[in-house]
Order: sequence, then structure tokens, then C-alpha cells
Amino acid sequence: MKHLMNIEGLSTVFYTEEGKVAAVDHVSFQVREGETVCIVGESGCGKSVTAMSIMGLVEAPGGKVAGGKIDFAGEDLLGMDPNTLRAIRGNEIAMIFQEPMSSLNPVMKIGEQIMEPLMVHLKLNKKQARLRAIELITQVGIARPDQIADSYPHELSGGMLQRIMIAIAISCNPKLLIADEPTTALDVTIQAQILDMLREFKASGGMSILLITHDLGVVAEMADYVIVMYSGKVVEEGGVVELFNNPKHPYTKGLLKSKPVVGQRLEELYSIPGQVPNPLELEPSCYFHDRCEQCLPVCRSRQPQLKELDGGQKAACWLYEEAEVHV
Amino acid sequence: MSEALLEVNHLKKYFPVTEGLLNRTVGQVKAVDDISLTLQPGETFGLVGESGSGKSTVGRTILRLTEKTAGEVKFKGQDIHSLSSVELRLLRPQMQLIFQDPYSALNPRVRVGDAIGEALLDHGLCSRHEVRELVLESLDACGLSAYHIDRFPHEFSGGQRQRIGIARALILNPDLIIADEPVSALDVSIQAQIINLFSKLQRSKGMAYLFISHDLSVVEHLCSRIGVMYLGSMVETASRDELFHSPLHPYTKALLSAVPVPIPRLKRERIVLKGDIPSPANPPSGCKFHTRCPFAVEVCKAQTPVFRDAGGGHFVACHLV
Repeated sequence: MKHLMNIEGLSTVFYTEEGKVAAVDHVSFQVREGETVCIVGESGCGKSVTAMSIMGLVEAPGGKVAGGKIDFAGEDLLGMDPNTLRAIRGNEIAMIFQEPMSSLNPVMKIGEQIMEPLMVHLKLNKKQARLRAIELITQVGIARPDQIADSYPHELSGGMLQRIMIAIAISCNPKLLIADEPTTALDVTIQAQILDMLREFKASGGMSILLITHDLGVVAEMADYVIVMYSGKVVEEGGVVELFNNPKHPYTKGLLKSKPVVGQRLEELYSIPGQVPNPLELEPSCYFHDRCEQCLPVCRSRQPQLKELDGGQKAACWLYEEAEVHV
Repeated sequence: MSEALLEVNHLKKYFPVTEGLLNRTVGQVKAVDDISLTLQPGETFGLVGESGSGKSTVGRTILRLTEKTAGEVKFKGQDIHSLSSVELRLLRPQMQLIFQDPYSALNPRVRVGDAIGEALLDHGLCSRHEVRELVLESLDACGLSAYHIDRFPHEFSGGQRQRIGIARALILNPDLIIADEPVSALDVSIQAQIINLFSKLQRSKGMAYLFISHDLSVVEHLCSRIGVMYLGSMVETASRDELFHSPLHPYTKALLSAVPVPIPRLKRERIVLKGDIPSPANPPSGCKFHTRCPFAVEVCKAQTPVFRDAGGGHFVACHLV
């Protein structure tokens, strides 16, 4: 499959009162055409900031993309002038967020909000845009589309608003849909509906999805390819089946073991000891070392690089390095 | 069977809907509509349901943090809702509540040690000299260190704050802890730590939990009996194994099948429910679930199903069972 997006060495930093935080630290990965890539990790691992960096939504002076390359369909998103980027954003790359309520304008009718990108990007006139908006509302499975188009966000439920967000996102037939925790705020029965819908649109429209989530269940259901992040770094990546059946990095193993699974009750859950390190106090080391049961002396002093292992998976872990570094 | 620790009979909690300048009551939201459950000492009862199902209101009404509309709540044989405020206060240390959001449950200007010890002093359960010792004990039981005692809430992570919330409930040696979504705001690796802490504490101290959660996998892990709520009513109550292996109510089945399982390419039958949970201010007639139920028949629209024993203590409210 062809690469749609190629991210190389992406680094995003934030300047806080206490110091500089590298929220995303030399992250590289690819998204192929028609593929769903999931970024999974816990809060603060940099998964959302990665998405924001791709969309050019990291705002100075608080933070900035400090380095790296984002190649999208042959064009470098980072070096692009704002106007060209605007033409791509919402058009070829669309994004949906965790909180649909706060992503929509509360004083603008639903229909108008769907019409906006259609008129800006596809140059439809008002009448055509309105017709297309109503089609889109029907497509995301909402009844009475005419009435919904004339209502305001506060009149709809969370699940319906997320559907509207999806309608806006797919309105211009994007090549890439970035979904940042799209179902985290929703109930499980609604989550199942939304995930089904995303899968359908992907299958019919051939778009790629970059799905950001903390829920390994959602990853298993949606992903073709999985990227595991920890403290701003990619610690492991691989095909979804390989990664779940044969995780390499101790963090991935721990995450998979600590998730309670319906129908598979254990006397005691495995839990990863300790907690995520403070991003201000990171030393050159494996950032997971103080929580890792297989920690080696080298893990405390040097950072492992992401390396391809047998089977095509990649992991950044000293356990898989050549024997000499262990001494 | 020993005497039940907590007995809830036909509990109802309606909130008035008011309108206009004069705040006339124009309707009612039946947040809790005829809920019954019993909890034995040392047992864990799980209450699951989607947002708006009324599960949190059940917890709050049991503790009389809001007044009931009808029904009865008996704790160790005493009707909580008919006690005077003095009597209720004497009973409070025995029933504690743990909240979902440990960030907003702690006063940011109160040192953690004081926040944990406050209740002991307020209830006159120990003297000022003893309190520090007991706080340290409670911190230790919850996996926190002695040096945490003089810190402020903002110095802690989410998981640690939830440990503080648990320590604060634990220090009173309660017989009943109502935990309202205590792990929902936490990351997976931290969630596992807190779940294990809950089971460890129960093994050592023997208190009963009423565990309120929307996450079936967490509830399965901790609870011996589980009740499923939908729009203020209990639709199914059963032991854990019964509920997870042979669920009877279509809503329970749909909920179970909607939980994503971390096994890729897993083929399973999924019941996808249509639409949203209806507004509790205007619930559907008959069986409240009939608007979303894939198996609904005529009788479901007209008649409310009776919540009855389908055999072996497996209760269900459905016309089709």
C-alpha cells in the first residue's frame, strides 16, 4: 500500500513556567492509504499533541513544533504557508475531537456548521450546500434531517453531536480522518454505533483513519496498525494482530495485562507499578525504566532506539538490543 | 442468611421539572423509579447502566444526600430516611462515599493529612494526638507514603488522589462504602492498581461495597452481584457468573456485546442498539426499553414488565423471558 502520510522525527515542545516539556519527542510513523492507524497510550503520553501537530494546531508562544517532517501526499505540512494549510485542513485532512459539545459553535445552527466547509472547500453555493448537509445528516444515521439542520448543538445528545462532527469531517471526502478519542465521552452502546459508522465510511470512501485512544478494546476493534506511545516517545509499533498476540515492549505487555476483559475474570489484575514520570524531570534513559520489571543497568543511563525486530514489529527496548550493551 | 447490611425497598426519587416565572411544577424526572436491592456484609454489589440511568442518584439517595420520594432504605435494620439528623450523623461514619473525580473531591487548600483525619475529629472518634497515627495507617493501607501527609492535593497524580479519597473513607472503618465510578477518570495502568486496592482492602477489612460504574469489565472484576439499570429502573439483577454467562434481558445482552474486547479480529455477535437513551423526563410507555429493543413486540409498548425471579435469584423485567 502507498504511504499517505509519513511523519519523521516530529518533536513538539511546550514552554511552561517550570521549564520546557517535550510532549512529542522524535516521533516517526507512517499512515498508508485506506489503513486505520491507532495511537494508544495513557494521558500525557503525547498522543493528542501528535494529532494537533499534524493539523498545525499547536499554538505559539505556548508551544511549537520544534522539528521533524510531516509529509502528506507528497507535501510537507510543516513548511507550508498558512493559506495552503487551510485549504488542506478540513478538506483533505479532517479531525474529530473527544468533546463534540465543545467543538461545535453553540450559537450556530447544525446545518450551517455542516455547510461551512462545503462552501469554503468545495465552493458549493448555499442551496447546494444545504441539500448536501441534509444528505450528510441522513448518512450518519440521524432521522428527521431537516429539523436537525435547523437546531442548535444544545438540543442534541452527545452521541448525535458526535455523528454531526463525523458528518462535517467526511463532508469533503478527506483522505485522512484524525479522530482524537472520538468515543471516550460516550456510553458503550453509542460507542458501538459510532465505531461501526467510522468503519463503514472507511470501507466505502477508502479514507485512512488515525485514531487516538487509550482504550485497548477500541484499538483491537478498529486498528490495522498500532503505535504505542509513552512519555512522548513511540515505544512499540506493529500490525494489530502481532502486537496484541506478541507484544514486545514491557509497557505494551503491562498495558494489555492490566486491562480487565469482560468474560475473563482474574483473581487479581496485573498492574504496572508506579506512575508516568514527570515530563520536566526526564533524563537520558528509557522513560519506562522505573516501572519496568525487566529493567537493566543500561536502561537507566541510555535511551533505547526504536528498532525493527523479527516479524516486522518495532520496539524501543534494551532487552532486544545486541548482547554487548548489556554489560 | 445473616441479616442484610443494606436493604433498599422500592426506592423512588423524582425530581420536579419547573417552568416559568413562578416555578410551577410541570412534570417529574423519575431518576430512580422503584429500585430494590440488598447487600450482605462484606459483599460487593455492582450497579451498572449508561449515563442518565439513575445509578448515581441511587447511591446518593441511599446515603440520604438527597431525600427520597418513596420507598425505604434500611441500614443494619434502621430506616435511614426516618432518622433524625443527630441519629443520622452518628450513623454516617459507618457508610462512606467515594467519588469519581478525585480532583474536585478534595479541597485544594487543605493538607492531605488533615483532609483524611478531619472526619475522625469531627465525629469525635479520636483525640488530636491519635489522629496523625491513624492517618498514617490509612495512608499506608492505601499505598501512599508517610511523607505524603503534609502535602497538598495538587502535588498528587489522579491515581494518588483517588487513593487519598479511599484513605479518607477507610479511616472511619465503615461497614459500607458506596463508590461512584471511582476508576472511570483513571488511566488503564492506574485503574488496575486502584481495582486491586479495592479488593485487597475488602479482604482485610471486610466492608461491603456498592460499586457504581458504567464499565462492565470493571464491575465483573469486583462484584459478586450485579444490577443493571435503564432509565431509573432495574432491568436485571443476578450473580456475576449468571449475568455474564447467561444474561436474560436484551439490554444487558446489548451492553455486554458493545464492550470492546482487546482481542483483534474477534468475530462475535453484536447487538447494536438504535438511537439514544430516551429522556427520563418523558420515558417511553410500557417497557422503557422498547424503543431501542431489537426484539420488542406489541405487549412491550403497552405493559410495564414485572421485575420477577426467573429462577435461582436471577431477577429480570422483560416480557420475553
